[in-house]
Amino acid sequence: MSDEDLINEVANAMYEMVKEYHGKKNFKAMDLTKAMKQKYGEDKVNKALCKKAIRQLIDSGRCTYSYVGGSYITLPAGS
Amino acid sequence: MTTNKRETPLIDQLEKGPWPSFVKELKKSADNPMTNDLLGVLERSYNDRIGHWKHGGLVGVMGYGGGVIGRYCDLPEEFPNVAHFHTMRINHPAGWFYTSDVLRKICDIWEKHGSGITNMHGSTGDIIFLGCVTDELEPTFSDLTEAGFDLGGSGSDMRTPSCCCGMARCEWACYDTMGFTYDITQHWQDELHRPAFPYKYKFKASGCPNDCVASIARADMSIIGTWRDDIQQDDAAVAEYVTSGAVDIVEDVVGRCPTQCMSWDGEKLTINNRDCVRCMHCINVMPKALAPGKDRGATILLGAKAPIIGGALLSSVLIPFYEMEPPYEDLKELVEEIWDFWGEHGKNRERVGEFIQRIGLGNFLEQIGLEPTPEMVVHPRTNPYIFFELDEDEDEEEED
Ligand code: SF4
Ligand code: SF4
Repeated sequence: MSDEDLINEVANAMYEMVKEYHGKKNFKAMDLTKAMKQKYGEDKVNKALCKKAIRQLIDSGRCTYSYVGGSYITLPAGS
Repeated sequence: MTTNKRETPLIDQLEKGPWPSFVKELKKSADNPMTNDLLGVLERSYNDRIGHWKHGGLVGVMGYGGGVIGRYCDLPEEFPNVAHFHTMRINHPAGWFYTSDVLRKICDIWEKHGSGITNMHGSTGDIIFLGCVTDELEPTFSDLTEAGFDLGGSGSDMRTPSCCCGMARCEWACYDTMGFTYDITQHWQDELHRPAFPYKYKFKASGCPNDCVASIARADMSIIGTWRDDIQQDDAAVAEYVTSGAVDIVEDVVGRCPTQCMSWDGEKLTINNRDCVRCMHCINVMPKALAPGKDRGATILLGAKAPIIGGALLSSVLIPFYEMEPPYEDLKELVEEIWDFWGEHGKNRERVGEFIQRIGLGNFLEQIGLEPTPEMVVHPRTNPYIFFELDEDEDEEEED
């Protein structure tokens, strides 16, 4: 799998996680990173790759940042 | 359309006295309905003795997690023009130098899209635009980027780094504060715009121990200029201060040295530089006679914060002397080690200084790969329990 494909796959997995817990639990960038390292293994997915996946998630508009006492990654308003 | 000016008897009191008054300034633009309602909310808050703002939420510009602070009035029917009154933080140029042309451009953008009220500069260092409605955030951002500006940090990210004017205007600067600030701003763009930390992380750079940006009290990482060699001393200029009567050298200089490392024999000032703690006092009193040494760099300190959640902390020494040569590779590596460790184990809304207090400085240093040095000790222990651990190699050698 190319790096690009892996970034997309991780971004999708992060998106599913945010969607599943929407309204129940807020995730910080680090929570998503830790979850992805656990899911794929640290030899395959590291912090730098997760950073790219989060950027893809935000730039595509699928997720956005919110501030509730700290900065979280969440679904855009109206989702 | 004329705006019905709000009655503000309580906050009118703040116009009295010889000092500048923000109420007076706001009233100058009270024809703007947003400003007029802002004055109304403020009056109401003084009356009710409670703030009428809520903050946070889901506002920002596409792609960024920082730079916009959502602000809403909890009395939107009564004050409809400030129902949304978001704050935008604009990344300032290092040292806060502007041309008048660029200042006009910024003001034009803000009058076109927002309330026109600015705070130059906010406590974060940024240019603050106060009062934007949600729909105008993107158009404001777009005009700002066209004018060469970017948003600054907010939330759990690296905040807009700030610095004193340094070498641009100050003879005491021991390193190029502006160059350093610009370098790290460019280097950590992702960390500035996309919050990924447990809480905020601030850098503030002061060129000398006078610390004009108060980095020791306000920045998670304080970079304070210093020197390793002796204070530069011009004896003829010292004598001139004394003979002209401009300075009482015994009382104002020698007597106020915090480590008592200076003496005056009636003719010559002697400094025991080994005991000098680089406080800058003597240099500030006799700037024509004394100056920082020539072997210059900075002390890197970590962990300050103002009391928002826990109490206030001053930063503590992490690296006693760093040469501050671009591209600052070692320092950048160390910062990333700190971010990784704090990011992994820090609690939500826990500043790095609080994190160090919780886990202990010894553990923290071990994890970021830094050797302890005597300069890190704030004061010696007063109890006799000393834990001395031999490392494994030494242990084995002893057994052989
Ligand atoms: S901190 Fe030092 S170098 Fe910077 S402006 Fe103040 S006196 Fe000058
Ligand atoms: S800089 Fe401060 S500590 Fe050093 S000699 Fe001057 S007054 Fe004393």
